[in-house]
Amino acid sequence: METMFGIAVDGVAYGMILFIISVGLSVTLGLMRVVNLAHGAFAMVGGYVASYAAQSAGLPYGLALVVAVALTVLATLPLERLLYRRIYGSANELAQVLLTIGLTFVIVAGINYLFGPTLKRIPLPDLLTGTVQLGPKSIPTHRAFVIGAGAATLLGLWWLLERTDFGIRLRAAVDDPAMAAALGIRTERLYLATFALGTGLAALGGVLGAELLPLEPYYAIRYIVLFLAVVAVGGAGSIFGSAAAALALGIVDTAGKYLIPNFGEFFFYAALILILFRWPHGFFKGRTA
Amino acid sequence: MTRTLRNALLGNALLGAAFGLALAAGPAGAATIKVGVVAPFSGPFGVVGKSFKEAIEVYQAEHGKTVGNDTVEFIYKDLDQANPAQSKALSQELIVKEKVSFLAGYFFTPDALAVAPLIDEANIPCVIFNAATSAITEKSPRYVRTSFTLWQNTVPLAEHMAKQGIKKAISAVSDYGPGIDGEAAFKTTFEKNGGTVVDTIRMPLKSTDFAPFMQRIKDSGAEAVYAFLPAGPTTLAFAKAFNDTGLKAAGIKFFGPGDLTQEPDLPALGDAVMGITTTFNYSRAHDSAMNKAFVAKHKEMFGSYDSVTFTSVGAYDGTHVIYQMIKNSGGKIDGAKAVESVKGMSWESPRGPLTIDPDSRHVTQTIYLRTVEMVDGRLENVEKQSFPKQPDYGYKLAK
Repeated sequence: METMFGIAVDGVAYGMILFIISVGLSVTLGLMRVVNLAHGAFAMVGGYVASYAAQSAGLPYGLALVVAVALTVLATLPLERLLYRRIYGSANELAQVLLTIGLTFVIVAGINYLFGPTLKRIPLPDLLTGTVQLGPKSIPTHRAFVIGAGAATLLGLWWLLERTDFGIRLRAAVDDPAMAAALGIRTERLYLATFALGTGLAALGGVLGAELLPLEPYYAIRYIVLFLAVVAVGGAGSIFGSAAAALALGIVDTAGKYLIPNFGEFFFYAALILILFRWPHGFFKGRTA
Repeated sequence: MTRTLRNALLGNALLGAAFGLALAAGPAGAATIKVGVVAPFSGPFGVVGKSFKEAIEVYQAEHGKTVGNDTVEFIYKDLDQANPAQSKALSQELIVKEKVSFLAGYFFTPDALAVAPLIDEANIPCVIFNAATSAITEKSPRYVRTSFTLWQNTVPLAEHMAKQGIKKAISAVSDYGPGIDGEAAFKTTFEKNGGTVVDTIRMPLKSTDFAPFMQRIKDSGAEAVYAFLPAGPTTLAFAKAFNDTGLKAAGIKFFGPGDLTQEPDLPALGDAVMGITTTFNYSRAHDSAMNKAFVAKHKEMFGSYDSVTFTSVGAYDGTHVIYQMIKNSGGKIDGAKAVESVKGMSWESPRGPLTIDPDSRHVTQTIYLRTVEMVDGRLENVEKQSFPKQPDYGYKLAK
């Protein structure tokens, strides 16, 4: 019983971290139909900015987080205007993959050149170190914080996409760009804003997830499969789908590792195959947010 | 844009050709002996190639670039990840096109293993600077190794743990060659010394979340954990999970081979690795005049000694062995004879005294017990105890 509880707590904690670093990709992939393989690279850039801000500039954690998200968004906006704008739409899938994987290599090399190949850390404030007790089980405070942040992100996104004018226009623009434009919706601006949302979420995930996925230049390539798996299982563009997928995969992976560690990643990928076999478009096909 | 690019490329090509000519027209009479170094110079392990190259350059700065009348020239080939086929192709290219007399380097075990048929056919000695699986030197009589093996580091560690009165221990290793070597060495030695290994956990190489393994370690009731993971992100995540899930607070002791706390990673690992006890063949903080000079020379030549670590001494001593083979052969190199000539050779290295074991062709050396501590504002592996003359315990162990 205690074991089951342990697995559940650790699984949910891991799942929430998966969610927070993958949800940005779900936004770009589902709402903008861009297979953005540079998502991991954007998350990494966010992490490095936060690490630099906290370690070299001496900013407190919260401020470093805000600066990282803001700077990453600012740095990637020109990319949207210059590059991404040309490859929107599902007809350009090959171009999207080639462009974004190329961009990833450029960012990896750039980070390697600027910051060197060794690991970087984002120092945590005292408030987030240590452990919190959950019944018979203790989990790191930082993880509890990430679970909270993940839940807040989930609700915030749902509200933004389902309950605001912006969300309604965005969904209209995604469903039928020509019609939306004819009705006077400025689709270009909408796309720019959504792209910014996606990269901002990537940076947020990069910073918050850095305790689990440590920052190094190959971060962008090392973990992209993980992010893609979550989005594929959840259904592109579905925020709740991503959350459900991340939690399911997190719990399955944790249970597998705890009970039969020698099987390694077997359970993670077995779950991936079975879920996609049953729901080829993911838990929630990207109709609603 | 394209025009300037083309011009630049053309310029480069011309420059290259000019260099080629200059090299070909080198001093007459004296020969150039070439050494091919295969190692990762780019990619996630690029820092390894860098440390190899710097150590070789330090050696050449101290001992000159010539042996007798011959100039020794190092040719570097980049192999950015474990890839045996590519390793073989690069080594073959070095032998056939560059006509090297020695092969050296090799960070990963599979890359080193892949060249065994080549070095036998071409009769070329291969000096391994790192690849640490015991079985490698069994595959060809032309391998010489100047690094360490998992067995060499783990046996003294397991004995030390048993002497500390630890009765129940658990091993947690990454599920790949060296990890399994470490597990076997630990289990055998620890149980021979009266301890019990309550569980052996093999963790997938790609693990990111270590919380489940920590729970398992906690549940096993072990007093101490022996862990081995490849250096880098996995080690950091493992050490952090160890602290964060309260295992450290619960008084479980953490032991492992020194790969875990290699010097370039220490600033990032930080507090997470305080209190870990490791055994290893080299610490940058090793207290000897020779090591101080070795580190100082790095600082002088490259502006910093941040990258000096175990791979540095592997390459430095490997270069020494190559120089010695050239000296012994008087300029006419025959691979098998050259290897024969350095068997039993002893010398003093920045890490301490070394001897090439005549059977295993692996260095017998002192293994040090260390903990991570702050020294002059830098984290260093501080040596606490030494175990002299440790051979490769894993050589010719049936597997």
